[in-house]
Amino acid sequence: MLDITGLSHRYDDGHQAVDDIELSVEGGELVSIVGPSGCGKSTLLRCVAGLQRPSAGRITVGGRAVEGAVPPNLAVVFQDYTRSLFPWLTVRDNVALPLRRHGLGRAERRARAAKALAQVGLDGTGSRYPWQLSGGMQQRVALARALAYRPSLLLMDEPFGSVDAQTREDLEDLLLAVRGGPAGEGGPAGEGGPAGEGGTAKRPPGRMTILLVTHDIDESVYVGDRVVVLTGAPGRVHSDLRVDLPAPRDRVATRGLPEFVRLRAEVGRAVRRP
Amino acid sequence: MAARAVRFLLLRGWLLAVLVVAWEVAARRAEDIYFPPPGRIVRTLLDDPALDALAPSLGRLLLGWALAGAVGIAVGVGIGLSRVAYHVLDPVLQFGRAVPPPTLIPLFMVVFGLGTSMQLATIVFGVVWPVLLNTADGVRSVEPVQLDTARAFGIGGAARLRYVVLPAAAPKIFAGLRVALGFALILMVIAELMGSGDGIGARLNAAEREFRPDRLWAGILLLGAVGCVLNGLFLLVERTVLAWHRGARRTRT
Repeated sequence: MLDITGLSHRYDDGHQAVDDIELSVEGGELVSIVGPSGCGKSTLLRCVAGLQRPSAGRITVGGRAVEGAVPPNLAVVFQDYTRSLFPWLTVRDNVALPLRRHGLGRAERRARAAKALAQVGLDGTGSRYPWQLSGGMQQRVALARALAYRPSLLLMDEPFGSVDAQTREDLEDLLLAVRGGPAGEGGPAGEGGPAGEGGTAKRPPGRMTILLVTHDIDESVYVGDRVVVLTGAPGRVHSDLRVDLPAPRDRVATRGLPEFVRLRAEVGRAVRRP
Repeated sequence: MAARAVRFLLLRGWLLAVLVVAWEVAARRAEDIYFPPPGRIVRTLLDDPALDALAPSLGRLLLGWALAGAVGIAVGVGIGLSRVAYHVLDPVLQFGRAVPPPTLIPLFMVVFGLGTSMQLATIVFGVVWPVLLNTADGVRSVEPVQLDTARAFGIGGAARLRYVVLPAAAPKIFAGLRVALGFALILMVIAELMGSGDGIGARLNAAEREFRPDRLWAGILLLGAVGCVLNGLFLLVERTVLAWHRGARRTRT
């Protein structure tokens, strides 16, 4: 699904952000990228998103090379929701605007937006403005915007870094619930219903592939199928750990499992290693 | 609602009322032909066909302002979107803005003759700058995250301009348009004073020749009122269009 080979990037000011990163992500996987600040996590994500042309290396998404152009089947959730949501558009229009790219009519865009908002538990907020909502709700809107877009690859850049701890846990569970697919994480509400795709299933409800950048070790293990630890400046892949925790994950029970504790400690050691 | 309106008038209008009454009393006692009392000025204004002169003046003002607004926004967007254009054109723009617009009136008189074209040219050239420079500045300072978002979701070309860049720049564009509206009134009067067959400026010239201070005062009062009303209407539109901006600014701490 996503292949990164030999990715290096040096900014114009000479700062080397990432160095020779190799990473391969399979379809439907949720990979957490974790590391200390300054390890190039965000640079890596921006390169994958096509927002930043890397100095060297090759990135392919679904077999197609990303060369400074944003792949069409990719959506991004940014950390800074107050800036990434457009304050002049209502919540509904924020979610519906990117769907113009899919060539959908106005009615269909609105219907999809309403459905995505329902998925993240924000029914009835469509005609409000983002700045009228709390931080957690705004980040749900950003997530709904990405879901409505129906990407095959979802990139999340510290998506829950700007909300309080309780909201953060809610959003982590929400992410697991809406990622779709067969593994019984709850499944997106409305997606499997009879009215789901208007009769003709355009795409089977496969799981989204998700790349989630975070500096929160607990979060990286809790939501991830895999945790990739980046270290140092410039950032390199330090370790790549498989998370074998049962689904559905539970914010109390999962965190009490010995395997969770072991993984969290291992990731923590890797992150702190000089 | 009515109570609120009364309170508003009491709070905001009392000083104006006091000043007008004081002016009326002082002018009546002084009986100076150059300083007629405001009551008489208003009567002159209503009796005299001065109000007839309002339409052509207002027409020029609004047409000139609208033209300058359209040109200013279009060119401003072009310059704001292109780093190269901005750097190449900046010195030219700074110079153009620095030229005091009234100095161009004699030139425009030679080029266009006396009449509407000359007046429009004066207004447009004088007021295009604040719109143009503010638009370019607004377009250049769109939040990078907003542009990244647009790119990541494939919002490009005309959609990007319409749904992202222009709304983001709108607060600055409106600020430019408002300054331009004030300038437009000034330049409209100057252009009419220097050469016009009709309009408030022409009427002021006539009143001066006929030695009618009351009519001069009537013109002054009328222009002041026009300025207030235009500014008020503009603010009303701005509040509606930029409601999101006020709301977002209030909540973002």
